[in-house]
Amino acid sequence: MSRTLPARILVLGATSAIAMAVCRELISPDSRFFLVARRADRLDAVRNDLLTRGACSVITRAINLDDVDAHAHVLSEAAAELGSIDLALLAYGILGDQEQAQSDFAASYAILHTNFISAASLITWLANYFENAGKGTLAVISSVAGDRGRKSNYVYGTSKGALNIFLDGVRNRIDRSGANVLTIRPGFVSTPMTAHLRQGPLFASPAKIAKGIVGAISAKKDVVYLPGFWRPIMFFIRALPEFLFKKLNL
Amino acid sequence: MLPVGLGRSYGDVCLLDGGTLLNSAGLSRLIAFNSETGLLRCEAGTTLSEILDFAVPRGWFLPTTPGTKYVTIGGAIANDVHGKNHHVAGTFGCHTPRFELVRSDGTHLECSATNNPSWYSATIGGLGLTGLITWADIQLRPIVSRKIDYEGIKFVGIDEFLAISRESANVEYTVAWIDCVAQGRNFARGIFMRGSHSTRPKSLKPSSPTRLSVPVELPAGLLNRYTVGAFNALYFRKQIRSRTSSVIDYEPFFYPLDSVQHWNKIYGHKGLLQFQCVLPDTDGSGGITHLLRTIAASGLASFLAVIKVFGDRKSPGMLSFPRPGITLALDFPVSEKSFGLLNRLGALTLDYGGSMYPAKDALMTPEQFQAFYPDWRQFARFIDPAFTSAFWQRVTANV
Repeated sequence: MSRTLPARILVLGATSAIAMAVCRELISPDSRFFLVARRADRLDAVRNDLLTRGACSVITRAINLDDVDAHAHVLSEAAAELGSIDLALLAYGILGDQEQAQSDFAASYAILHTNFISAASLITWLANYFENAGKGTLAVISSVAGDRGRKSNYVYGTSKGALNIFLDGVRNRIDRSGANVLTIRPGFVSTPMTAHLRQGPLFASPAKIAKGIVGAISAKKDVVYLPGFWRPIMFFIRALPEFLFKKLNL
Repeated sequence: MLPVGLGRSYGDVCLLDGGTLLNSAGLSRLIAFNSETGLLRCEAGTTLSEILDFAVPRGWFLPTTPGTKYVTIGGAIANDVHGKNHHVAGTFGCHTPRFELVRSDGTHLECSATNNPSWYSATIGGLGLTGLITWADIQLRPIVSRKIDYEGIKFVGIDEFLAISRESANVEYTVAWIDCVAQGRNFARGIFMRGSHSTRPKSLKPSSPTRLSVPVELPAGLLNRYTVGAFNALYFRKQIRSRTSSVIDYEPFFYPLDSVQHWNKIYGHKGLLQFQCVLPDTDGSGGITHLLRTIAASGLASFLAVIKVFGDRKSPGMLSFPRPGITLALDFPVSEKSFGLLNRLGALTLDYGGSMYPAKDALMTPEQFQAFYPDWRQFARFIDPAFTSAFWQRVTANV
């Protein structure tokens, strides 16, 4: 591909398996990273990895992004350190425990807060930043689970579905400025988040998903399903009439 | 529990019924690289494929490599893998000066020849049983080209094979494909393949290799003595001249099977059995001919049969497999008859004072293992109390 890759990159949730794989795909002698995640030791490991592989510079900040009050500060700091942001990737989230969430709303609240509320706060700041800049890409990892509520994981699904709608709105608002908003909807990915699940043939590796994400960023796509076979599957799932859907064990 | 990398070991060294496997896939970060010396420090789940992608464009190559690049560093150390340059370079463990071992009680041991030397020695070839390897230093070797100066030399009979091996003692990579089906005047015919890293500076940029894939499991009986016999005859005749030379990319030279995804499906649903032994044989009289005659007479066909002379560079590993002599690697579709043949080959290997390779074994008995690896009791003291494997349970079932 001859399309130029983003060089100044902000990653929120940078120690996630998919984020790490995306960063590796983006490494070039010009690439400068600003990485944010909760754990300082893991951030150090990711920084060493990217520097060893040839990234130009890597700055890290260890904060908990659940703390929305800290967002504006860390985002301004990232913009200042990088000079400008070509790509902001939101790559954190929690799967939560659906059964626990059904009986204990605090557990539901935690999922909704991390996956949607805190993400919405970051996106609000970043949407304004990119709209002002008139260029750049805001890429957010959502999930195919956000396409329709299912009994097996509707709390997680709701958090991602809300995120999808929020991003649709932001895209509708800032696309005309020249900035790009990408909603990434992966299916099952073999990551620490899904390590407790029984892995079947539908599981993809983080490296494969990362290649798809970088391709979608370069192609300035709006919504990408990864791997691509999820698009027809989710089309079918969304198209099922509710009177039928509600009877299914999904 | 048991650490597992990409699970490419052919037997049960990477399996554990009812236990917990520690998936090392996430341990794939590089930690540091010295571009002057070629010393790479990386986490243990990093694969040889990832290291090649990183190192080749920078002018470095693996110190030694098995026939697939889809193995992890942890697996390469735990099985103390070897390659086509064993006669000059020794095993993977010979190029792993330092690594970290984490035990189930939480202790971190940095291991080298001088630091925790007995843990170092037990963990190289230690089949993942001494603890979890978290990172390792790998000493890469410099290259100036992706290319290999390759030569293919036909031979008929073990004597010719050994003569070419002796003549090739200074060639970096040597291995031979051998026809295990042919009898009579074609007995032990094969093609000796040797090569060295090209010394003419050329592009180090990655090529995009064509990737084939076997989409479905093929019928179980497909690989039999007739189809393999016909393939072998064609493969032997494909090289018309008795010697050919060419300059080829390192990928097809080292990893011909990696270009065919899911190649194992050609063996059908039941899969394949691998067998690799080494015999302390230097002139063909020490059992290798006996083994080859036994295979040819069995009527069973090994599709991928490989023979090589090991060198005498000693591995630091306590339980390392390679030792001076001739090594023979075979595979057979799973069947009752194959089990019978492999049991006979195992018994012959013991009679001739050889050894078998745990990474490619399904049938070694406790008596055989304990004879092949006399240091096993000493090794057992280093096993992590929380770790075991299906292989270890099998080969120590008598104690």
